[in-house]
Amino acid sequence: MGTTAEALPPERAPEGEDGVRRRDFIYVATVAFAGVGAAAVAVPLINQMNPSADVLAMASVEVDLAPIQPGMAIKTVWQSKPVFVRNLTPAEQAEANKVPLSELRDPQTLAERTKEGHTNWLITLGVCTHLGCIPLGAAEGENRGDYGGYFCPCHGSHYDTAARIRRGPAPTNLVVPNYAFKTPTLVEIG
Amino acid sequence: MVRFFGFAAGLVFVIALLVGALMPREAAVPDPIKAIHLPPRHVKLQHDGPLGMGVFGTFDRAQLQRGFQVYKEVCSACHGLERIAFRNLSALGFSEAEVKALAKAREVPSIDPATGEPSTRPALPSDHFPSPFPNEVAARAANNNALPPDLSLIIKARPKGQDYVYSLLTGYGKPVPKGLEVPEGLHFNPYFHSVNIAMAQPLNDGQVEYADGTPATVDQMAKDVVTFLRWTSEPELEKRRQMGVATVIFLSILTLLAFLTYRKVWAGIEH
Amino acid sequence: MSFPWANQYNPQHPVMQWVDSRLPLPRLIYNAVGAGYPVPRNINYWYNFGVLAGVALMVQIITGVVLAMHFSAHTSTAFNSVEHIMRNVNSGWLLRYAHANGASFFFIVVYFHIFRGLYYGSYKSPREVVWMLGVVIFLLMMATGFMGYVLPWGQMSFWGAQVITSLFSAIPLVGEAIRTWLVGGFAPDNATLTRFFSLHYLLPFVILGVVILKIWALHIPGSTNPTGVDVQGPQDTLPFHPYFTAKDFVGICVYLLIFSVFIFFMPNALGHPDNYIPANPLSTPAHIVPEWYYWPFYAILRAFTVNFLWIPAKLWGVIAMFASILLLFFLPWLDSSRVKSTSYRPLYRWFFWLLVLDVLVLGYLGGAPAEEPYVRFSQFASAYYFAHFLIILPLLSFFEKPLPLPNSIAESVLAKAGKKAHTPDAAPAGAAPTVAE
Repeated sequence: MGTTAEALPPERAPEGEDGVRRRDFIYVATVAFAGVGAAAVAVPLINQMNPSADVLAMASVEVDLAPIQPGMAIKTVWQSKPVFVRNLTPAEQAEANKVPLSELRDPQTLAERTKEGHTNWLITLGVCTHLGCIPLGAAEGENRGDYGGYFCPCHGSHYDTAARIRRGPAPTNLVVPNYAFKTPTLVEIG
Repeated sequence: MVRFFGFAAGLVFVIALLVGALMPREAAVPDPIKAIHLPPRHVKLQHDGPLGMGVFGTFDRAQLQRGFQVYKEVCSACHGLERIAFRNLSALGFSEAEVKALAKAREVPSIDPATGEPSTRPALPSDHFPSPFPNEVAARAANNNALPPDLSLIIKARPKGQDYVYSLLTGYGKPVPKGLEVPEGLHFNPYFHSVNIAMAQPLNDGQVEYADGTPATVDQMAKDVVTFLRWTSEPELEKRRQMGVATVIFLSILTLLAFLTYRKVWAGIEH
Repeated sequence: MSFPWANQYNPQHPVMQWVDSRLPLPRLIYNAVGAGYPVPRNINYWYNFGVLAGVALMVQIITGVVLAMHFSAHTSTAFNSVEHIMRNVNSGWLLRYAHANGASFFFIVVYFHIFRGLYYGSYKSPREVVWMLGVVIFLLMMATGFMGYVLPWGQMSFWGAQVITSLFSAIPLVGEAIRTWLVGGFAPDNATLTRFFSLHYLLPFVILGVVILKIWALHIPGSTNPTGVDVQGPQDTLPFHPYFTAKDFVGICVYLLIFSVFIFFMPNALGHPDNYIPANPLSTPAHIVPEWYYWPFYAILRAFTVNFLWIPAKLWGVIAMFASILLLFFLPWLDSSRVKSTSYRPLYRWFFWLLVLDVLVLGYLGGAPAEEPYVRFSQFASAYYFAHFLIILPLLSFFEKPLPLPNSIAESVLAKAGKKAHTPDAAPAGAAPTVAE
């Protein structure tokens, strides 16, 4: 306002101590209120990009395990991402269990990656932890990689029968989502 | 130049309009239906709030559930509710388990996972209400060539929607005026735009049995289902009003502050 | 700048000096809407509507961009995606209601702005270009609003598109071809919807560009004022900031308050119920009406009922509807009076208010069904509309004797202040000669 002062009447120029304070209070209050209002307007504009109610309603999915035979796997979709549900054979379980943890890049036992009493059910996201491709190995006849689990063709990550990373660029094992057995043949993922 | 051409164009327009205005009109044929057709009767409902202003009112949860019961047991035979998912019913006060059970009781179109043939499966909470007819042709074929409209948006899709649906539901059984022909398969209802409606009287006293013991009169059921349909049309209604009251209070204070600032800035300046 | 006494941008901080010598954007803002733009001190609250129109445009652009993130421009999904916005998207109902009511409010503000311009002679020399750019904006707004209304693909969307595009088929010889080209088919369909969506997204930014041109053009002569007397010196003006920023902010707050009442408590009051019915190309609504802000022009369109001078009635309606807006381009040359402000034109004042009433009546008739007596009333009302601009306005100055104008803005302000000096909040009379030389 310095430059406007000369255009103003003399009585508008410096006010007394008291006047300045009261005027400042109203200015500060108005600007503060307007600022709060602008922030409140920004909330819906930003929040609209969060998942909508119908997307959130799909946040969990139920999978029927009954038709999956030992040695077979299915792909299902949860939160728009592929999920591998695999019924491990006793041989595959034994193979996973005999690997010493010290050999693993991301040390986890098969028991840690499955539910107690259901160690044959290996449920993981079908998203390679390297750059997000879908590994092969869930469908019949697909390349399961050098360790009999999954193989990501994008950059050559090999996963073993517990879907743990064994070779290739992926930094961690395939992610195990939250899930729970509702009955011995029905799981709810999410 | 502009004025000259403008003046000429203006004269032509004015003369063309005045010729049209002074042309004799054919006497309009009075429409007998117009004399019989009635404007909707006003219905007072809790969610319209004090004085019916629609500022503070909230839905009566028990009434919403009763209205849903009327829809489920009566209307849903012919009318869809395709914009409502079962999960939305939790807003009526149903628990998660109740919503699941309500969904499971209805079959929705699906594909047989083994054969790929079209089939049905029990609905999930994320599914929308299945429509009673697969398409418009089937709906018309089953209803004497009339199309029962989907009810999800019916209150917003009719002028004075609440009053209209209420009046329509309670407008049956009135004596047919002399000289009015009610065609075969239609029913007299003065609140319908053509006063002859394909829908037979849907509500009769005691047609549903309310769990809370409310007597199921036609008037009561109509009010309940109208409340429910207002919710299906405007599920955001309560939140909207709540935010509205807060916004108006906030902006009133801001307006006052802005005015005080203005007065301060302009103090001593004539304008 | 045409105001030698305007404040000069003079950054004190080294950073601001650094910026100013490289990208003088702060200087531009300072001179456009800051302390560097002198504004007549006596402009009243009717002059708030220009800024409010800018606010309304920004509200539309911001909410529109956000809605487009959720909208699906296909005839089979458009209606559903709008309902998806209303029911599932976080705060989606708020955004859509703000956008739908925002269009109405944009037009309300612009109508006030236009009538303010008519009353205070804002279209007269040297502001003809400012006025004409305003008419361009108005036309672009009408096109944008119409195409936006088609997007939800409800019954009124579809039949509105059908009726409005059919207007072009009234053009002799090429009309049918133009219409087919416009809708991309033989009736409004998916091709129509997708092109309208594309243009509806584009045109607001074109409007924004024209708004910038308009502000540029306005800043050459500066604003008019209620006396219509030109600014003569620093005693007549005040810097835009802080005086008019403070005043405009009051207007913006009041505007947002009224806007909020509509959004939150009566969001569908300005819409038509039929647009909550999905489009059905086989069933016409009983009574097709456009959005309320087109009603005056819709009434003019329907007012022509007889073939006249070998031109069919339908073509007359179309010509007249476009002419009713396009004639505004010629307004600076149609009005021959050199007095700007209607306050000093005793005769024109009556015709001005008659025009306001006439447009309100036309608005009412445009929303009424096409039957008697509405048609006949709209014929008389349309006749006055054209007579006002094309016959009365050019001739009036020959008969009118204007009231004496004040010598300057400052003089008129001080005369008014002298009268009001006894009111408690007015400054003491001694403080009246406010501006130092």
